[in-house]
Amino acid sequence: MINEFLYMNGYGLYVWSAFSFTLLSFTTLYVITKIQFVKETKKFMSKFGTLDSKKADVAKSQAINKEILSGKQSI
Amino acid sequence: MFKIFEPNKIFFITSKAPKYVMMLFAIVFTIGLLEALIFSPEDYKQSHSVRIMYVHVPAAWISLGIFSTITFLSLSGYIFKNKNFFLIAKSLAPSGFVFNIVALVTGSIWGKPTWGTWWAWDARITSMLILALFYLMYLIAWRIFENKENILKITTIITILGIINVPIIKYSVDWWNTLHQPASINVLSKSSIHSSMLFPLLIMTAAFALFSLLIFLMKYNTELIKIKNKGLDRL
Repeated sequence: MINEFLYMNGYGLYVWSAFSFTLLSFTTLYVITKIQFVKETKKFMSKFGTLDSKKADVAKSQAINKEILSGKQSI
Repeated sequence: MFKIFEPNKIFFITSKAPKYVMMLFAIVFTIGLLEALIFSPEDYKQSHSVRIMYVHVPAAWISLGIFSTITFLSLSGYIFKNKNFFLIAKSLAPSGFVFNIVALVTGSIWGKPTWGTWWAWDARITSMLILALFYLMYLIAWRIFENKENILKITTIITILGIINVPIIKYSVDWWNTLHQPASINVLSKSSIHSSMLFPLLIMTAAFALFSLLIFLMKYNTELIKIKNKGLDRL
C-alpha cells in the first residue's frame, strides 16, 4: 500500500519532486530570513550596549528612527 | 494620517505575531498536505499528476497577489509620502519571488507528464517568467541602490512596468492559443473544478498565504531593526 502511495500510478516522481521542491524553497527562505533577523538583532544589541545613559535615552525615544522614515534620504 | 503605520507601534505587534502565524501555518499546511496527497481524488484524465496543482496554483496566485500589493504600496508610498509603505513592499518581495519560482518549477514538472515537455514558450508560462524577472529586478535594485536617494523612484518604476504584465498573465490563456489550460476557478461564474479538489486547493492557498505572512513579518522586523541600527549610528 505504501509502495502504491509513493508510486502514484507512475506519476510519483513528478508529484514528489514538485512537493519536495516547494518544501525546500520554503525552508531555504525561512532559514535565510531568520539568519538576517538574528544578525541585525545581534548588531543592535551590541551597539545599544555600548551607549552611555544619555545616548540610550535618546535611542529609546525613537526620534531618530522617525526622522529616518520621514526624511528625504534613503531608508 | 497614517500614524497607525508608525514603526514603533507596528513593531510591538509584528515582533510578537510570527510565532502564532508559524503555529497556524503548521496546522493549516499539515491539513493541506494530507488533503492534497491522500484524501483528494485522482483526476480521470491526469491521474495522480493532478496533485501538483495543489502547490502550483496557490504559488502562482500568491505571487501575482504579492506583486500587485507591492505596486499598490509603492504608489501609495509616493502619493502619501510615507516610507513605511516602501518598507512593507520591500518585505513582501522575497516571498513573492519564491512563490513565483515555485509556480514556474512545479508547472514545468507538471508539464512533462501532461504535455510531454518540461518547457514551452507559451504565453502564460513566458509571462510568468517575465514576472519573475521583474521580482528579481526589484530585489536587486533594493540591494544595489539601498543607500541612494533615488531608490524609491527606481523600485516604483519597476513595479509600475511589472504590473502591466499581471493582466497579461491572467488573460493570456483567453487571448492566445496556449498549451496552458484556461482558468478552472472563477469568482464571478461557476467553477469547473469539483468541490473534492477545490477544498484542498483552498486549504493549500490559505497555508501558502500564512507562510508569506510569516516571512513578511520576519523580514519587516529585520527592516525595522536595520532602521534602529542606522539611528544608533547617528547618535
